[in-house]
Amino acid sequence: MTELASYNFAYLDEQTKRMIRRAILKAIAIPGYQVPFASREMPMPYGWGTGGVQVTASIIGPDDVLKVIDQGADDTTNAVSIRAFFQKVADVAVTTHTQDATIIQTRHRIPEQTLREGQVLVYQVPIPEPLRFLEPRETETRKMHALEEYGLMHVKLYEDIARHGRISTTYAYPVKVASRYVMDPSPTPKFDNPKMHMYEALQLFGAGREKRIYAVPPYTEVVSLDFEDHPFEIQTFSQNCALCNAHGVYLDEVVLDDKGGRMFVCSDTDNCEDRRAHGHVGEMLAQDPPLGKEAAE
Amino acid sequence: MIDSEALSGGFTHPVFQSQSAFRMLMDGMARPGTIQTVATDVGQPEPLRTAAGAIALTLCDHETPVWLSAGLGKSVVGEWIGFHTGAPLTREKAEARFAFLEPGITPASFGLFALGSQEYPDRSTTLVLEVAALRLEAGSGQKLTLSGPGILQSREIWIDGLPDSFSRLWIDNRALFPRGVDVILTAGRDLLCLPRTTKIAA
Amino acid sequence: MYVAVKGGEAAINNAHRLLADRRRGDRSLPSLTIEQIVEQLGLAVDRVMAEASLYDPALAALAVRQSRGDMIEAIFLLRAYRTTLPRFGASVPVDTAGMQVERRVSATYKDLPGGQLLGPTFDYTHRLLDPSLLEDLPVDEPARRPAPDEDIMRVSDILAHEGLIESDGEFPDDHEAGDITREPMEFPMPRDLRLQALARGDEGFLLALAYSTQRGFGRNHPFVGEIRIGEVELEMDVPEMGFSVSLGRIKVTECQMVNQFKGSAKAPPQFTRGYGLVFGQSERKAMSMSLVDRALRAEELGEDITAPAQDEEFVISHSDNVQATGFVEHLKLPHYVDFQAELALVRRMRAEIATRNNDGGMQEAAE
Repeated sequence: MTELASYNFAYLDEQTKRMIRRAILKAIAIPGYQVPFASREMPMPYGWGTGGVQVTASIIGPDDVLKVIDQGADDTTNAVSIRAFFQKVADVAVTTHTQDATIIQTRHRIPEQTLREGQVLVYQVPIPEPLRFLEPRETETRKMHALEEYGLMHVKLYEDIARHGRISTTYAYPVKVASRYVMDPSPTPKFDNPKMHMYEALQLFGAGREKRIYAVPPYTEVVSLDFEDHPFEIQTFSQNCALCNAHGVYLDEVVLDDKGGRMFVCSDTDNCEDRRAHGHVGEMLAQDPPLGKEAAE
Repeated sequence: MIDSEALSGGFTHPVFQSQSAFRMLMDGMARPGTIQTVATDVGQPEPLRTAAGAIALTLCDHETPVWLSAGLGKSVVGEWIGFHTGAPLTREKAEARFAFLEPGITPASFGLFALGSQEYPDRSTTLVLEVAALRLEAGSGQKLTLSGPGILQSREIWIDGLPDSFSRLWIDNRALFPRGVDVILTAGRDLLCLPRTTKIAA
Repeated sequence: MYVAVKGGEAAINNAHRLLADRRRGDRSLPSLTIEQIVEQLGLAVDRVMAEASLYDPALAALAVRQSRGDMIEAIFLLRAYRTTLPRFGASVPVDTAGMQVERRVSATYKDLPGGQLLGPTFDYTHRLLDPSLLEDLPVDEPARRPAPDEDIMRVSDILAHEGLIESDGEFPDDHEAGDITREPMEFPMPRDLRLQALARGDEGFLLALAYSTQRGFGRNHPFVGEIRIGEVELEMDVPEMGFSVSLGRIKVTECQMVNQFKGSAKAPPQFTRGYGLVFGQSERKAMSMSLVDRALRAEELGEDITAPAQDEEFVISHSDNVQATGFVEHLKLPHYVDFQAELALVRRMRAEIATRNNDGGMQEAAE
C-alpha cells in the first residue's frame, strides 16, 4: 500500500502558501476587492471554514497565539475542531482570550473588545460576492465591480424599504470599503459592521469554495450602505446579559422552558467571562446564590 | 556554466524564515510607511541586498515571472533567483509578477509593467526598488508624507536615494486605481511597502 | 439554571469514537480487507478514483472502507489526500488508440475493424437478484481471445479519414493543459479545463444534465461513435533523457459521441464531437460527460444557449460534489447569531403591525 504522506507545518505545502501569500498582499493593496486564488482541497468540508483555514495556515508561525470563534464562542464544535486542527498541524499556542491572541479566526462575529495594531482577524466567508444574490453570474458581477456599478444593490435595499418600511438585511450587510469596492462583511450581524470602520487590526477574508481572498487594512473606511432618509442602524437589545450584565453587546437568546421563558446572554463568551471575572454580575447569576457569591465584588 | 555564487545562500529554514519574512511584508503592506527589518542572512549575490533577496525567496516561484533592471540582469542575481525559487526571468515588463530594481535606477514610467485590468486589478507587477536608506526620523533624504488605508491620519518617512521621478510616477499610478503597481522599497535589510492606495505628499 | 454550552471537545471525541464503532459494526464478523474492496467492489473504487482525480485503487478502497460506503465522503477523503501530493510534472497525453481494449462498442456501425467487443457489461444481464450470490460458489474462469496484434482503430478516426467529423480541438501542439485544482477558475473556460471539471464532476449531476439534453433541453442529436474501456500506457517526458518513460498502465473509459452536424455554404457539413474520459470503468459517467461536453460547446458552435446543460458557469460551478455537499451540509453548523438578528427584526415588524392595527381601529393594516 502507498505510504501516506506526513504534512508540512500548518498543513499546506510551501508552494500553496506562497500562492496564498501573494493573493493576500494584493488583497491588502486593493481593499475590498476579491482576489481569485487556487483554493486547495482541505481536510474539512467546503463551507466549514476552508477559506479561513487556508488564510490562517498561510500566515501563522510558531510564535503566534491562535483564537478561533464561531458565533462569538470559543467552545462551539466547529471552532473547537479548527483550533484542534492547528494545534495538531502547526503546534501553535491557542487561547480563548481575545487580547492574548495574535490571530483570531472567526465565523459570524467580530469580538466585542477592540483589537490592537498587529492583531489579525481572519473571517470565514461562505459567499464572498455581495452582489451574488442579485446576480448569480460571476461574469456579470465582476463587470459591475470593474465599472463600480452598484445601482442594483441600492435598488435591492430600496425594495426592502418599500416592502417592509425599512432595510430588512440583518446580517451580511453590504459595506463600501475605502470609497471604492462594495464588500460582503461575511455573515456577521450588522451589529458588528461599525467595528470594521477604521479598525486597528488587519482584517482578512477567506472563501475556500468560492476561491476568493479579500482584505481590509487597518484604519480604512468601511461604510454600511444606506439612504439619507433611511440611515443604517444596528440592532439594539433592551435586556442586559443575564450572566455579566453587559449592555451594548450582541446577545444570544436562550430558551429556558416551553412556557416562553428565555434569557439573553453574551454571544462573545470570552468578553462575558472576562466581565464576570471583574465582578460584573447579571440577573441570572445574582439570583443564584452559590454562583453569585463567587462573582460578587 | 552556472556561477557557484548562484547556488549559495538561500533560507536555512525555508518554512519558518519565509513565514517570518511574509509577515513583515503583510504587516508592511497593511501599514504603509512602517519599516520592517530582515534579520536573517540570505546569502544573495551583489548587487541584490538582504531584504530584496528575502522577498524573492519568500514570494517567487515557477508561477511568477521576474523582471530585473539592467544592473541586476548583468549579475548572477537572475540565476540565484532561478536556482532558489524556480522563477523564470522575463524581459517583458508586462509579464512580470515581480520586478527588482537596483539603486540609482530612474524608471521612466511604471506603465509598461503589468497594471492589472479593471476586472482583475490584482494581476499587476509588484516592484521591489532598492534605495540607499529608509528612515522614520527626520534626517537626510527626501521627506514624504503618506496617507490612505493602513495609516491613521498620516505618516512621515525620509528616503535616501529615491529616484527623482518617483513622486510623479506615483501620481500617475494612483490615477489608475484600482489598477496599478505596488511598490516595496528596500534598503539593505530594511523594507517599506507602498501599496497602490497610498497617497504621497512631498 | 442556565448551563453554558461547554465540552465541545469531549463531544467531538465521543462522536468520533461512536463513528468508529458503527463503521466496524458487529465485531464477530470479519473486517473487510482493502483487497476485497478493490477486487469485489471495483466499480465503487473506480468512481472514487475518477471523482477524486487520483488513480490509486488501494487508497480509494481505504477511503470507501473509512467512509462506510458513502461515496462522496470517500471521494472527499481521497481528494484531501491528493492535495498534499507533490507534482512532478504532466504526463504525455494518453493514446487511447493504443488501448488494450477490454470492451469496445460502437452504435454507428454494425461491424468495424477490431469488431464489437462486449466485455464485462451489465447491459444484457436480466436484473434479477441472484440467490446463488448468497453463497460463495465457484465462478468460472472467463473466456479470452488472444490479444490482437494491431491497435483497434477509433471510430472517430474512421470518420475523420473521410473528413466527415470536425477536427479534434483547436489547441496548438505546445499547449500546456491547465489544472483547475491548481489555478483559480475563470469563465469562460477553455475546453481542457472544462473537460477536467467534468471528468471529476458528480456522476449523478452529469447524468441528469445529459438526460435533460435528450429530452429537449439543449438537444444535440448524439450517436455513440464509440465507447472503449481498457488499459492505456501512461508516459512522461524526461527532458534530461530526451525521451519519454513509461509510468505504468491505468484503466480508463472513453466515450466519443458523434453529434449534430454543422456546415455552411462555404464549409461542407461535418459531424461535431462530444468527449468523455474517465478513470476506471464507468460508461455512464463517460457517456454523460460527452453529452454535457457537447452541450457546453453551444457558444463555440454558434448555437443558441437555451438550456441548463449549455450554461457553462451553471454546470461547472455546480458539478463538484465535494463542494456541493460541503456547502449544503454547512447549514447544520450553528447560525444562531444571524438567526437572532432575523428573529429580532421579525418580532419588531410584527409588533409594529399589531400596534398600528390597535391604533387604527377599523383601519385596514397597511400592506
